Amino acid sequence: MTFDAVSLVLLTVISAATPLLFAALGELVVEKSGVLNLGVEGMMIVGAVAAFAVASGTGSGSLGVAAGAVAGAALAFIFGVLTLTLAANQVATGLALTIFGLGLSSLIGAGYVGIPVPPLAKLAVPGISDLPLVGPLLFGHDALVYLSIVAVIAVAWFLKKSRAGMILRAVGESDISAHSIGYDVIAVRYRAVLFGGAMAGLGGAFLSLSYTPLWAEGMTAGRGWIALALVVFASWRPWRLLAGAYLFGGVTIAQLYTQSAGGLGIPAQVMSMLPYLATILVLTIIAAGPWKGRLNAPACLGKPFRPST
Amino acid sequence: MTELQTIPARLEVNGVSKRFPGVLANDKVDFAVAPGEIHALLGENGAGKSTLVKIIYGVLHPDEGSLSWNGEEVSVADPHAARALGIGMVFQHFSLFEAMTVLENVALGMDKPGDMAALARRVREVSEAYGLPLDPDRDVYTLSVGERQRIEIVRCLLQNPKLLIMDEPTSVLTPQEVERLFETLRQLASEGVSILYISHKLAEIKALCDRATILRGGRVVAACDPKAETAKSMAQMMIGAELKTVTRRAGGDLGEARLVVEGLSLASEEVHGTDLKNVSFAVRAGEVFGIAGVAGNGQNELLAALSGERLGDHETVVRIDGAPVGRRDAGARRRQGLCAVPEERNGHAAVPGMTLVENAVLSGHHRMGLVSSLFIRAAAAGRFAGEIVKAFDVRTPGTGAAAGSLSGGNLQKFIVGREILQNPTVLVVSQPTWGVDAGAAATIHQALADLATEGVAVVVISQDLDELLAITDRLAVINVGVLSSAMVTKEASVEEIGLLMGGVHGLDATAEGEEEVHVA
Repeated sequence: MTFDAVSLVLLTVISAATPLLFAALGELVVEKSGVLNLGVEGMMIVGAVAAFAVASGTGSGSLGVAAGAVAGAALAFIFGVLTLTLAANQVATGLALTIFGLGLSSLIGAGYVGIPVPPLAKLAVPGISDLPLVGPLLFGHDALVYLSIVAVIAVAWFLKKSRAGMILRAVGESDISAHSIGYDVIAVRYRAVLFGGAMAGLGGAFLSLSYTPLWAEGMTAGRGWIALALVVFASWRPWRLLAGAYLFGGVTIAQLYTQSAGGLGIPAQVMSMLPYLATILVLTIIAAGPWKGRLNAPACLGKPFRPST
Repeated sequence: MTELQTIPARLEVNGVSKRFPGVLANDKVDFAVAPGEIHALLGENGAGKSTLVKIIYGVLHPDEGSLSWNGEEVSVADPHAARALGIGMVFQHFSLFEAMTVLENVALGMDKPGDMAALARRVREVSEAYGLPLDPDRDVYTLSVGERQRIEIVRCLLQNPKLLIMDEPTSVLTPQEVERLFETLRQLASEGVSILYISHKLAEIKALCDRATILRGGRVVAACDPKAETAKSMAQMMIGAELKTVTRRAGGDLGEARLVVEGLSLASEEVHGTDLKNVSFAVRAGEVFGIAGVAGNGQNELLAALSGERLGDHETVVRIDGAPVGRRDAGARRRQGLCAVPEERNGHAAVPGMTLVENAVLSGHHRMGLVSSLFIRAAAAGRFAGEIVKAFDVRTPGTGAAAGSLSGGNLQKFIVGREILQNPTVLVVSQPTWGVDAGAAATIHQALADLATEGVAVVVISQDLDELLAITDRLAVINVGVLSSAMVTKEASVEEIGLLMGGVHGLDATAEGEEEVHVA
């Protein structure tokens, strides 16, 4: 293969991985605070349609991206009210959020099918961008790709080094203890949930403005679920999540190639199963292995919390 | 409260009331703690002690009444405000985060922890100064209960508290750890720190405290000098009645061994559980056999292995009246005569959402004929549940009430009674009086004693050493899944038992030695 072919494949892998990375990173923070939001798919697609609508309406990609994040966070806010303020079941609410998001996005997006939108600007550095392989790989992307990497660094630092991150982990580890020491468990979780929604919205915005600059109904195509699997796959660690997102992104692309080439003899359906199979495998290994002790899973994940006063 | 005092009380509680749905937890409570005083707050479970200290620490808010701090009225909005005043609290059920390090746990309990490296140094300094060795970098889940408590204490001490609240601090400690804790507390008091010490253990309060305020049913019923009182007189103030003492037939001749456990080894299924290692003991007819130990040393695994929830490696590791049942399940062992009461009332011994009748059927159907080939015999089940309620004075609106709606003590009487009325030949009970008031505890102890008199072999697994000393004939100590050889209770010394509870390597009670013993 030539440099060009290799870099083309790698570029598509990066594009495929970025929306997963955004959504999964947001969900990682949400789950670290002890909340399980299964509505990632719904928040992603609402982010995608909002980003597309605003970008095509205003002609500004940046406004579109911002709209995607806000829309994702808005949907997450509904989730927060139901599960945090009203202590509803998180699993059921999350599933409902996905179904609601898919329907809402179809409704909003009905008028936008088939309309083109200007793609996001690519970062271009004269001279370096033209270098073979390295140039396009490092510099050919739009700002969101860089933002996703910066976000991984920021989240990793936040969780490990910052006091707020420590409090967030504490809330996810034992809500009762955190409450009795004097932390506002619900407020911490609201912030995490809103962040998770905004990140899922960004992932959706990347899909509709950069990955395929088009709106199509149901265009997230299960990426929200892959993102959820990815969080477990990465055992709630941001750097592993980065690696996992690129791995899963690579599998998605490999699936496209096997579909078009058809020569490898692997049915495309098997390839689309891979991310899920990998997750099941990782879960099994974690659960059965001698290191079963600390999965790094937040101890309060998915449990509703009602403080007494 | 109006008498002339040159120094105002460190803390004064004035007419505090707190109501929860259906219960008045605190009713116009008044008391005061002087600077440098070790003040006991004494009362049975449910007397309102924990509610009161949560109000002082700002976790709960009073419906009526006020708090004064050094003579000035204050309102404690939340724990941050309490800490700002100089109030530190060590919780009964620790407020720790298991997957995080000691240092992180300390930092989380402080409002201005500052630089983490500097904090780590201070944790080492303070923990050494007060004889509470701690490694800041360890993950909490690897620590023993005693070490976990040190984290809470050190966390408080780092903030230079003026008042330290200790909520039932010794319920999880070995006697040696208790003695070390008392030394720390006396040292603090001599430095002018006031200590509010919550407990229902009278001997400890006599040994440690300068004054005691006694709560009953949410009210202050007495204040006294514990050193001038006897344990018995304080107990009577606490329960408001004569204390019943358990009566046993004297001496008595024991029969054949009914329960024999031989070479029982079992890997724990819990993430941080303790594996049982070659456990052997025998209990004869008419004997009450105690198993002492600090929580988490394999008691739950042992109960599961005896009841049949977990199966042993060989049929012969557990024998009931000579019949090998090591590979039989719980139902088969019940039919063989072994009934068991696990520690956790709600969710293990009883299904909280089901009625008392249904819960009676769940464990009683093997021996009481409550199920025909297909159907539950509703009338028989109802009669059986009714008998339990009557015989054990279970306070409930009726046998149709959900198990989860009963108070802890009443449900405990029900689940113990349910097994006793099945006429077992062997009864295994874990923590029979955990969280139960003294009256109910006396009822349960008497029932166990009567059962033994009738020739049943009774095994009591308990973390309450006083309880075991009072009701058992022989006892053994479990530590990291290893059971000590049995000793006759009357001849055993508390020191010896305490050392066994801490593990033989913990003899010199250094942190390193203990860690090796406790980390399984």
